[in-house]
Amino acid sequence: MKKKNVLALLLAMCMMVGLLAGCGGDSGESAAPESSAPESTAPDAETPEEGTDGETASGAAIKIGGIGPLSGSSATYGIATQQGAEIAVAEINALGGLQLELDFQDDEGDAEKAVNAYNALIGDDAQIIYGCTTTNPCVAVAAETNAARYFQLTPSASSTDVTAGKDNVFQICFTDPNQGTTAANYIKDNELGTKIAVIYNNGDAYSTGIYNAFQATADEIGLEIVTVQTFPDDTNTDFTVQLGAARDAEADLVFMPIYYTPASLILNQANSMGYEPTFFGCDGMDGILELDGFDVSLAEGLMLMTPFNAWGEDERTVNFVTAYEEAYGTIPNQFAADGYDCMYAIYEACVAAGITADMSHDEICEALIAQFTNPDFSVDGLTGSGMTWSTNGEVSKAPVVVKVEGGVYVTQ
Amino acid sequence: MSILSNLINGISLGSVYAIIALGYTMVYGIAKMLNFAHGDVIMVGAYVSFFAVGSFGLPPVVGLLLSVAVCTVLGIVIEGLAYRPLRQAPSLAVLITAIGVSYFLQNSALLLWKSDTKIFPNFFAYTDAAGETHNSISLFGGQLTVTYVAIFTVVICIIIMLGLTWFTGRTKLGKAMRACSEDKGAAQLMGINVNRTISMTFAIGSALAGVAAVLLCSAYQTLTPTTGSMPGIKAFTAAVFGGIGSIPGAFLGGILLGVIETFAKVFNTQISDAVVFAVLIIILLVKPSGLLGKTSREKV
Repeated sequence: MKKKNVLALLLAMCMMVGLLAGCGGDSGESAAPESSAPESTAPDAETPEEGTDGETASGAAIKIGGIGPLSGSSATYGIATQQGAEIAVAEINALGGLQLELDFQDDEGDAEKAVNAYNALIGDDAQIIYGCTTTNPCVAVAAETNAARYFQLTPSASSTDVTAGKDNVFQICFTDPNQGTTAANYIKDNELGTKIAVIYNNGDAYSTGIYNAFQATADEIGLEIVTVQTFPDDTNTDFTVQLGAARDAEADLVFMPIYYTPASLILNQANSMGYEPTFFGCDGMDGILELDGFDVSLAEGLMLMTPFNAWGEDERTVNFVTAYEEAYGTIPNQFAADGYDCMYAIYEACVAAGITADMSHDEICEALIAQFTNPDFSVDGLTGSGMTWSTNGEVSKAPVVVKVEGGVYVTQ
Repeated sequence: MSILSNLINGISLGSVYAIIALGYTMVYGIAKMLNFAHGDVIMVGAYVSFFAVGSFGLPPVVGLLLSVAVCTVLGIVIEGLAYRPLRQAPSLAVLITAIGVSYFLQNSALLLWKSDTKIFPNFFAYTDAAGETHNSISLFGGQLTVTYVAIFTVVICIIIMLGLTWFTGRTKLGKAMRACSEDKGAAQLMGINVNRTISMTFAIGSALAGVAAVLLCSAYQTLTPTTGSMPGIKAFTAAVFGGIGSIPGAFLGGILLGVIETFAKVFNTQISDAVVFAVLIIILLVKPSGLLGKTSREKV
């Protein structure tokens, strides 16, 4: 209780100072806050208000509430989306213009906990919702933000369920059906295989969504699928039956729209069996090379569709990877890049639409919806250049296919 | 050929269930309680040998021994702290405590070792002079493959099964265990230290978990804090299937469950688990005590 009082007093004092700085506004006073601005560029800036006082009329930053799994089985994704976004926020705030403040909450990959996190964030006056990282929590939160009018941008929840019927929800990643369609066309066009086997997780919306679109497109363009095998959830560990069926059907390409953990087991067990088709995955496969203890030689020749290649050579990617490695000690994956792009998309849209921190969440929401769906509005990011959004919230950008060669991705 | 290959896959899968089921059935047979934390003790053992071998570069044998040692101690500690105070409590209370211990272990592991998947090194593989890794025997020109770990698991399973049967049937401590299993009060009157005997049972059951940890994770190389839970449940099913409390029953139940599961997957991957449990229900309807579960005299 006592602690709370002290905190409240401190906050009140901060606000008073902010008010004074806002009122004063002459050149003499703004010099002091200016000098403290670099402090807020650290990835986890604790008191961004301090650095922003002199910059904007309201004396505050736009509050973005982030939601994603920081613990639990999909923590890798959530942590990456948080860290990538923090790098972007630090960069944007260092520019000195519009300031952003990111508060990221854990949802453990669970829909109910995601809604709790959302309630905590809006209770804390968040103005824009960033997330969720995974599909099921995102669908749950999207229903809430749509009703309460908060603008929501997800880095990686790729199901069409996320955006369906909600004008306020936008995606930075491409949708599942889009991935399935692109994969089928790519395999056909590049003659990667003539007999295709599919192994997918039929207990998972992501995996099933990609498979359905893949199957539909394959039927359309005459790509022969010789066998379709499933497994019920990601805790499944034995894939010998599925691989045996693929081998018996003489499949020369195995399409795996699944996450990398089961994929690592499949690669391993195929190797034990001496079965060597081309393996082709989607963006959920990204991360397989960073698995602790994984023999990367097993992944040699594996192809996957990912919007981001950390070994890419363009300047922006190199800068991002360097900054990320310095801050967190690991190579960023596509989720980190998605998070980074989300912050820049929000920032650029806010600047273009003239949004300021003192606007209410519903004003911001309507302004951002108008901005994102404006055909002239496009964002260049790490995961694609010239990203535009349709009115149903889906992004349009081209997926990139990479192949694992010598333990790194090589863009095809 | 594909039937034979699936049969071999089924036996490999089943042997992993069997070795976990042996631990379940051992504890149930003597202490008359379902130790639901058994799967999570396995997980702890797997992390111990993962770090011993993967991070400290110790030889696999040392990894196995460390896993057994840590699991044994952990089993005794869990029994002493969580189960012993409830010795006179209704069995439902002990069951709930066991579930609590299971979650405690899982969440502690989450805190300590984080959720990201570790790839467990296969202890039953060797690298030849040319740098190629061998982990399986190939028969009929590559049509059939049998992994070394599957062979080892079946062999170790049989050894443990025979060892436990001999131990409970012939040794003094084994006889004391059976006495406790039949009637704790009477056993105490005859001068048997019931608490120590049950503690020993947990020690043996948990040591088996340490062995199972290495075999399970060498076969299916992903390691997460929830690694033990699903195989634990399947192995428990196998133990019930074979007749819980019966040592040969656990072995038979495990192997059969693995084979049925594999063939159910061949039939249709989408409903394989439903088929497995439908078979289980039918067998239990016909034979409620499980395949080899008979009278109380047969229990361990």
